[in-house]
Amino acid sequence: MSALPSSARRGEPMPSAGTASPLLAVRDVTIQYRTPDRLVTAVYDVSFDVLKGDRFVLLGPSGCGKSTLLGAVAGFLHPAAGTITLDGREVRDPGPDRMVVFQEFDQLLPWKTVRANVAYPMITSGRFDRRTALERADAFIAKVGLSAFADSHPHTLSGGMKQRVAIARALALEPAMLLMDEPFAALDALTRRKMQGELNELWEDTRFTLLFVTHSIEEAIVIGNRILVMTPHPGQVRAELDASGLGEADRGTPAFAQLERRIHGMLFGEAHG
Amino acid sequence: MAWRPEREYRPAPPGAIGDVSQSLPWLHRLAAREDFWRLAVLVALALVWEGYGRWLDDDLLFPTFSQTVAALWTATVSGVLPLRTLASLETLAMGYAGGVALAAILTTFATSTRIGAALLTTLTAMFNPLPAIALLPLALLWFGLGTPSLVFVITHSVLWAVALNAHAGFRSVGPTLRKAGHTFGLTGWRYVAGILVPAAFPSILSGLKMGWAFAWRTLIAAELVFGASSSGGGLGWFIFEHRNQLLIAEVFAGLLTVIAIGLVVESLVFGTIERRTLDRWGMRR
Ligand SMILES: Nc1ncnc2c1ncn2[C@@H]1O[C@H](COP(=O)(O)OP(=O)(O)OP(=O)(O)O)[C@@H](O)[C@H]1O
Ligand SMILES: [Mg+2]
Repeated sequence: MSALPSSARRGEPMPSAGTASPLLAVRDVTIQYRTPDRLVTAVYDVSFDVLKGDRFVLLGPSGCGKSTLLGAVAGFLHPAAGTITLDGREVRDPGPDRMVVFQEFDQLLPWKTVRANVAYPMITSGRFDRRTALERADAFIAKVGLSAFADSHPHTLSGGMKQRVAIARALALEPAMLLMDEPFAALDALTRRKMQGELNELWEDTRFTLLFVTHSIEEAIVIGNRILVMTPHPGQVRAELDASGLGEADRGTPAFAQLERRIHGMLFGEAHG
Repeated sequence: MAWRPEREYRPAPPGAIGDVSQSLPWLHRLAAREDFWRLAVLVALALVWEGYGRWLDDDLLFPTFSQTVAALWTATVSGVLPLRTLASLETLAMGYAGGVALAAILTTFATSTRIGAALLTTLTAMFNPLPAIALLPLALLWFGLGTPSLVFVITHSVLWAVALNAHAGFRSVGPTLRKAGHTFGLTGWRYVAGILVPAAFPSILSGLKMGWAFAWRTLIAAELVFGASSSGGGLGWFIFEHRNQLLIAEVFAGLLTVIAIGLVVESLVFGTIERRTLDRWGMRR
């Protein structure tokens, strides 16, 4: 099931209206790391727009600065040049309007049950009162299929289950944007594929705006409707591609394979260096 | 390679296997409990003590376990021992609370500023190796004979152990948890209380345990040194007093009380906290 036809079927406004002002605007962003003896440029002069409802994928080889870029959008890092604005306001610090799902399984608070983990940011951010937060937590835990484990502590869950909880926690907060840094990279292939499907279902359900980092071309096409292909170190934009027609069900189709080949060519070089 | 047929099986449906997690017989459960084995060790030690005491047969050097328990009973019933114990525990509580409070302030300062971190590490390096008892003469000069001097040395003995462990614990909190806390919008003390303290809880707890042992040790030693002149007097004074009167069974009873309180606090208070927190959270190393 691909995203566009279904959205048209339901008669909801199309996510990318072309003229709409972007939710997230990244403009001429350069990001550097200062180590004790050198200044490393990780991302160079990157610009892109994310519209409301986008599933925007940052794709590139290891070390090209995807995490760095995502970290800057999250507010952990500050660009050396350029601006990042969310809803017209410049991003300065991390905040609950941009929830992050990390690759690492230890992002859950081990001292809280699954339910408490999901409810916690809703309560601390002051966006929901305690009762509503707990109700929403239960609803989102059910959405990711973990109702039976709501009272368990994270150390008793498998890696995939922990990632589901992290996704539920992020979604339940209704952030303006959901940031995911290779959330499925540490999972086995089978679970990863299942989680990709679940993420797409969740998107059909709640239509969040997603910024998703991966170095898997296939994952980028399955998840994304828009793919930003980055060059190796330092990360620059190689291309911004449309993948809105392709999803889960199109794996193995000629169109899917063609896009895959095209991106592969960009990443690993055809003729040019 | 020989040809082997392919096989497909029909796994038993979930209901057919029976109880997948069954409870073990009580004997197995008992044997799996740490406190059962600790109790066994205590009983064995008491038996060895009794046997050796009887064999030595010298009340003045080494009273038996039963003589010690008898002395303990008499001293308890007469109200002297509870009074002394209470006095000790009161002083201890004050010193311990003071040490922990100062450690909390110092560590919070150290986690939020660079100068604070330098201050903490330098002060700890300076004062942690200094035996609290070595400060007693100075404390006596400053605060006079009595509780304030004791509280001062106990605070000193607790402060550095707790601060050092808490600080090390805070620093070892992983980057993912830190970032998660920040994306929740937590800053300042809410970040410290909501993320750092629970994440560093194993270290904090071991600091608190160490501090408790140091405090107890320092208190008894300090009371032994100058307990004779303080009017109320604690357990150390109880021991000192009876040694002077060569009532060695009472001395042993005093020591036994010190040990018993240590054991109770260790296994009941800290043990319960550990079971309720670290074990439940899967954080016990
Ligand atoms: N803390 C740091 N200090 C100095 N340099 C860093 C630091 N973190 C990353 N870099 C540099 O920035 C570059 C980009 O790193 P980043 O983690 O963003 O890559 P990535 O695209 O996420 O890679 P991966 O797919 O392996 O996660 C790297 O080449 C690395 O040299
Ligand atoms: Mg990365």
